[in-house]
Amino acid sequence: MTLSDAALAVPLLSVRGLTKLFGSFAACRDIDLEIAPGEIHALLGENGAGKSTLVKMLFGVLQPSDGQILWKGSPVRINSPGEARHLGIGMVFQHFSLFEALTVAENIALSLDPKVSLARISDEAASLSKAYGLPLDPKAHVADLSVGERQRIEIVRALLQNPNLIILDEPTSVLTPQEADRLFETLLQLRQEGKSVLYISHRLEEVRRICDRATVLRHGKVTGTCDPRHETPASLARMMVGSDVAQVHRDERSSVGNLALEVNDLSVPARTPFAVSLKNVSMQVRAGEILAIAGIAGNGQGELFDALSGEYPVATGDAILIRGKSVGRLGINDRRLLGAGFVPEERHGHAAVSAMPLSDNLLIARSQSDRRAFLGGGPLSIIRHRAVGSATRRICGAMDVRKSGEDPLAGSLSGGNLQKFIVGRELDRQPSVLVVNQPTWGVDAGAASRIRQALIDLAKTGSAIVVISQDLDEIFEVATTIAVISEGRLSQMYSAGALSLERIGLLMGGIHEKKSIPETAHAH
Amino acid sequence: MFEAILLTVITAATPLVVAALGELVTERSGVLNLGVEGMMIMGAVSAFAAAQLTGSPYIGVLAGIAGGAIFSLLFAFLTLTLVANQVATGLALTILGLGLSGQLGEAFVGKPGIKLQPIVFPVLSDIPFLGRVLFSQDLIFYLSIVLVIGINWFLFRSRTGLKMRAIGDNHASAHALGINVIRTRYLAVMFGGACAGLAGAQLSLVYTPQWVENMAAGRGWIALALVVFASWRPWRLLAGGYLFGAVTIGQLHAQAFGIGVPSQLLSALPYAATIVVLVIISHNRRTTLINTPASLGKPFVPDR
Repeated sequence: MTLSDAALAVPLLSVRGLTKLFGSFAACRDIDLEIAPGEIHALLGENGAGKSTLVKMLFGVLQPSDGQILWKGSPVRINSPGEARHLGIGMVFQHFSLFEALTVAENIALSLDPKVSLARISDEAASLSKAYGLPLDPKAHVADLSVGERQRIEIVRALLQNPNLIILDEPTSVLTPQEADRLFETLLQLRQEGKSVLYISHRLEEVRRICDRATVLRHGKVTGTCDPRHETPASLARMMVGSDVAQVHRDERSSVGNLALEVNDLSVPARTPFAVSLKNVSMQVRAGEILAIAGIAGNGQGELFDALSGEYPVATGDAILIRGKSVGRLGINDRRLLGAGFVPEERHGHAAVSAMPLSDNLLIARSQSDRRAFLGGGPLSIIRHRAVGSATRRICGAMDVRKSGEDPLAGSLSGGNLQKFIVGRELDRQPSVLVVNQPTWGVDAGAASRIRQALIDLAKTGSAIVVISQDLDEIFEVATTIAVISEGRLSQMYSAGALSLERIGLLMGGIHEKKSIPETAHAH
Repeated sequence: MFEAILLTVITAATPLVVAALGELVTERSGVLNLGVEGMMIMGAVSAFAAAQLTGSPYIGVLAGIAGGAIFSLLFAFLTLTLVANQVATGLALTILGLGLSGQLGEAFVGKPGIKLQPIVFPVLSDIPFLGRVLFSQDLIFYLSIVLVIGINWFLFRSRTGLKMRAIGDNHASAHALGINVIRTRYLAVMFGGACAGLAGAQLSLVYTPQWVENMAAGRGWIALALVVFASWRPWRLLAGGYLFGAVTIGQLHAQAFGIGVPSQLLSALPYAATIVVLVIISHNRRTTLINTPASLGKPFVPDR
């Protein structure tokens, strides 16, 4: 064995018995992990499995409670991100650690050697981004950039430090399929240069496509290491979840009824400089249909939801019709009284008040629409705690919300369980029109499949549903019709079967090819 | 005549500019210190007392800087180490400063002050008109101009200034990058205190060389408004400071000429101007957002 062979045999990074305790709760326990030079290594696991905690320890953001990290065979202590970078570890965060008020070059400069001038950093960033196919303008302010562009900054920033190991935390969750393909090419190029990548994801197809090895985490422990190319998505999911994930079932083509939600040529100017204006949005949703609206984050989804729900009523009443009535100028409660239900994107602070118990969160949302059931004493509006409590229990039972105690604070539930409750709160009313923004954003696979099934079941009972989502898998699972939003413009509606992933990707990127795509049968 | 007015405008504007520059740096790091008025008055009393006791106005200037900085340290400890609410602590700092300075300054009430003498630049001051106005001023005026240039360079050209802006924009990300958020903020708060103290020294050594209780007379609040007015940019702050100074002096002259406007209305002019300009500025929201420190006033506790 030659010397260089011996060097190759030593893993670039190995982790032994790494443990992180928060009080008595072990976010990570006895983690073993090895990453070879020139390897793309996947770290798989559901939300709350301990992936982020593990990575934060590797990058020096958190200190391990116990265990050892070996870098190129010798034990190291990584006390800060600076030390991690010095060793040759680069990191691309899931929630971008960018500074919106600063320019691209300034953002990059912050993590580099202070002796290098800003002008040189601009030049290097520009040439590097070109070499890896990640175009960037160094002088642009981050606040003006799309999510995909922001991620490029993070990647270029990591690459400029010439690291041996690059950690990517859920990098494709915000990208179009085409952007993701671009990223994969970049990663394969890095592997060819002998660099290692630690790729964190819960998207199994991706992991099977580009990763050489995978380590699976569940409840803070390693449940297996495998070659993902020799596994099926189902077997990987089993390792992640610990049991088989329920498949979502949908009957072929249930009956479609009357027009329940109609949007006609809706235009809304942007409320803030960073908001998106809606331009001539039109859609029709019939009873029994699920219209899924795909799109990359920040293309007007939030603004569309605000207009549909009445959080910000629009200028022309006729632009939005719920069951034939003009509701554009009406507020959220008036629309609810017409039989509509709405589930906003952010769980904490928008859909639910974290510091209040579930029963209060139920009452806040439905005090007007279920006034008769929940409030007594006529004009005094006295809360009927027993009725609210039993409705809370009914919702938790129906949606399988796992909670500690009878009526815990909303903030104490895990993301998936709180989301099940929030969606269940609306489903419990049997709304005839339901608008949901990002129904399963950041929740684990089990909860996600539960929520999707519930949406499909609701549609079957004759409700019209709009699902705004970034998750294409989700869209294809639930949708009967699909439209794509891009820069505040909504595409025409396509029947779900008529759209391929590639076409959706093109539409998400704002490329409309009007002629070749067949329209849905029912689009008048 | 015009020259004389210009000279008084400079004297009125300098303390506003100096105090606001300090607060600008503090706020760029993400800390909102509403105690400018209190730090200013502490600087004024420290400066006056030290000048009286030593006979040297320059030692007075140093004492003013030190007085403001040490007083701001109290704010820094409460809000950064103990993570107390910044707004409440800043207001308390002002109230405490007003009371404490009155107590400390009791012995000096009515005593004749020692004026900080102008430093005359030999050749430059011979330039007609401008020379007299710009090159035969006191030390604190020269310092104010140097500070504007220096702080502008520091914030937008130096790497340390970039780090400070990063902290002000997003302290959690800055911490994740390995920047020491708390230490930087301590230094920024103390720089703000030192500047407020220097502005106070200008009041008790240049503007009206004597000690009068509550002699800051709301200038700390104008300085706070000035920072927002300037959208956290030093050169705009300089322009705004002179605008406010001119309004203050203008109302004095208007009274002298007997223009038939109630004097109360005229002395309210700087405050009214602040409100008007704030309304005008808030229309251009994009520039405001790019310049406004996004983490301003938010408490920071590192997760570790």
